[in-house]
Amino acid sequence: MSVVVKTIARILLPVILVFGGYVILHGHLTPGGGFQGGAVAASAVALLLVAFGPGSVKKLKAPFSILEDLGGVAFVLLGFLGIGTTFFFNLLAGSGGLFGAAAPIGPNPGVLNTGGTVPLMNWAVGFKVLGGLGAVMVLFGLFGGDDDR
Amino acid sequence: MRRWAVVAAFLIVAGGLLLGGARMRPFGAPRYDLMDRYFNARSQAEVATNNVVTAIVFDYRGYDTLGEATVLFTAVVGVALILRRLKR
Amino acid sequence: MIGNVPFVVCMVLVLLGLWALLFRRNLFKVVIGIKIIENGVNLYLVATGYVHKGVVPIYTYAPPDAAMVLPTPQALTLTSIVIGLATTALMLAFVVVIHRHKRTLDGRKVTELSG
Repeated sequence: MSVVVKTIARILLPVILVFGGYVILHGHLTPGGGFQGGAVAASAVALLLVAFGPGSVKKLKAPFSILEDLGGVAFVLLGFLGIGTTFFFNLLAGSGGLFGAAAPIGPNPGVLNTGGTVPLMNWAVGFKVLGGLGAVMVLFGLFGGDDDR
Repeated sequence: MRRWAVVAAFLIVAGGLLLGGARMRPFGAPRYDLMDRYFNARSQAEVATNNVVTAIVFDYRGYDTLGEATVLFTAVVGVALILRRLKR
Repeated sequence: MIGNVPFVVCMVLVLLGLWALLFRRNLFKVVIGIKIIENGVNLYLVATGYVHKGVVPIYTYAPPDAAMVLPTPQALTLTSIVIGLATTALMLAFVVVIHRHKRTLDGRKVTELSG
């Protein structure tokens, strides 16, 4: 693409990634969550693909696949964390440790340190969606053409 | 001939769907909401999240999310298998 | 008073997608029709959970003493959206492979599996 698109893409890329991280981090307090934040972050890959061509994202294929696998494994492990009661039992909620503060009842400004395993699962699913969507987009960019049989 | 049969079937389905939509219960007055009122009232005390939707997705109905993650993984693997470059 | 116009609008979306699915020959347009059906169904599910004068089920800075809409349809619609995205990726990959092998996007010319 032209130099205007490339310059704007260079400026916007960190902003998009930071906004995706914000949506994932505040998934248990504001609208959003792991899926939405991962999709926002994956749109940065689409911008990269459009602005700089498929050659610029060729090296990202293997990291995205590994990221997706790690996200899935982390999600299942967090589910197994509460196996003493049931699968997917929220062991950390209200325990006082990491993300363990009790949420105030009723409308409140929101405390970030609440939620138990929910914010951790948000991060796991966010990385999983980022990896999966990014891998799909990179694959379409690399092999989606017709003349490279 | 076959095309007109398809059009007739489409019209029958269209009539059924539109009639069903028009004869639904009034918009904004759900009939059965016992479970949802429980979630709205108790999610802050049980899961300690302000966002009730996230509490349902990751805590009350975690199995659904697990299956959805599996579907996403399967789709990525399928795309990678279909679109790979065959060495010849 | 809007009655149940939102449900009828969702059904109209589903019908538009079904029309594209039945009467379009281009495979990309068939994929777009399937996506329109899916969006109609998602809208229908979310509209099912609306409560009159309800707010989003999030307690951060929520207005006090406001009724909240039902959260379960929203949560399951979220799952449905991600699954729809995965199936769309698979369908587009199939379309690319069909065009690679047959040099056409006409769905009626792909007859290897028809009986």
